[in-house]
Amino acid sequence: MSSLKADIGNYKKLLEEYMKTKDEAVLYQAEQFSKSSIQKNISPDEIVNVHYQAIQELIPNLDDEVKESFNFLIETMISYGLAYQEYQVLREKQIELRTEIDVAANMQNTLLSTTVPDVQNIDIGAKSIPARQMNGDYFHFVQDDEGNIGTAIADVIGKGIPAAFFMSMIKYAMESFPEDRMYPKVILELLNRVVERNVETGMFVTMFYGLYDIHRHEFYYATAGHEPGFIYRAEEDQFEEIDAKGLLLGVKKNVKYNQYVNEINNGDMIVLLTDGVTECRSGDRFIESDEVLDVIRKYKDLSSQEIVENVYKYLERLQDFTLRDDFTLIVIKRNS
Amino acid sequence: MKGALTNVPITKEWDIVGARQSGRNMARDLGFGSVDQARIATAISELARNIYLYAGSGEVSFEEVQGEAPVGIKIIASDNGPGIKDITKVMEDGYSTSGGLGAGLPGVKRLMDDFDMESNEEGTKITIVKWLR
Repeated sequence: MSSLKADIGNYKKLLEEYMKTKDEAVLYQAEQFSKSSIQKNISPDEIVNVHYQAIQELIPNLDDEVKESFNFLIETMISYGLAYQEYQVLREKQIELRTEIDVAANMQNTLLSTTVPDVQNIDIGAKSIPARQMNGDYFHFVQDDEGNIGTAIADVIGKGIPAAFFMSMIKYAMESFPEDRMYPKVILELLNRVVERNVETGMFVTMFYGLYDIHRHEFYYATAGHEPGFIYRAEEDQFEEIDAKGLLLGVKKNVKYNQYVNEINNGDMIVLLTDGVTECRSGDRFIESDEVLDVIRKYKDLSSQEIVENVYKYLERLQDFTLRDDFTLIVIKRNS
Repeated sequence: MKGALTNVPITKEWDIVGARQSGRNMARDLGFGSVDQARIATAISELARNIYLYAGSGEVSFEEVQGEAPVGIKIIASDNGPGIKDITKVMEDGYSTSGGLGAGLPGVKRLMDDFDMESNEEGTKITIVKWLR
């Protein structure tokens, strides 16, 4: 097998060799030639032309009608060539864009990062995974000077970059609040003002805010239209839905939020989530939240972080490893 | 023949074919090969069709030129249409072709060696050149 370089200058030689030998090895070289031409951005019309030039030399008495047919073929290939070149440029642009979004996503992770509090007798697990590169879900923990744990979980209506921008704003608004004990209803009312003033209509965010009093084991909470969470009651081995009502953030000015309180007993778990957890789909079927709760119950004796990891793995697999919505799950367990 | 100017008015779709034909004849006479003839014809098509679709009427003219190479063909497409507001945008890949309109102006630029465009509310003038190498 000769080893002609897969170069457009060698096309004639390759073709000649093939016409003589009909050898598969030459066809293999033709394949290499076509790959190398793609790499060199050689467009289809040029290949057709090279072929035309080559056969004119190889077959000196080529029929005029055949020659004309090649002119016709070249004509039809011109637009393909253009489309091909455009495709190359767009592909490069796409790679550039993706790189930029990756940088933005990393930045978002840094901006929105939060530390899960390490408190005796309370075990907290949290996981948030975006469906695309940028996350429209958000969770956040704060501790006041008495060690009580404030936790926010939020979901922007929408996905991707606009949702991510929006979330950064919410996070910075929350950062500006004083660090002493703040009740959930106050926080939601303040945030509602920020969102209502700064965001154009049509963008909304749902948020659940809870405050866990670690001394009295009372859980205070308020919701702004957020997906209801659950409390696992160890004594009954049952989940109860966290019952709360409130308007989404940013819908109107001066909204007042209701605040609720629940006692948390030993072994109880607070489960907070976004609709990416409960509304995830497997094929045509929506997964019932009971199914998610069954998974949590199954792993209830593991650490909270292991529970959320297991739920994620379970749902990821159910959805064929392609999330359709951002996923966020928090488990807060009282241990003694 | 040098400096000879041919004008083809564009008012109906059929005139696009006439413009292609005139351009191709001149290109062939100047010595362009079949691929270049096809490229020049495609570029003319694109410009003439833009005139027909967006300006209603205009003209395409052809001229033999000298410059970077001893022989070249210069094609000027001009119209008195509404003009192109955002030239940068129409020169962006994927902008005009996403609707399946064809090569678009970036395509014309690729087919030719030189490309220049002026546009305001009174019309658009696009000048393209292909050099014989």
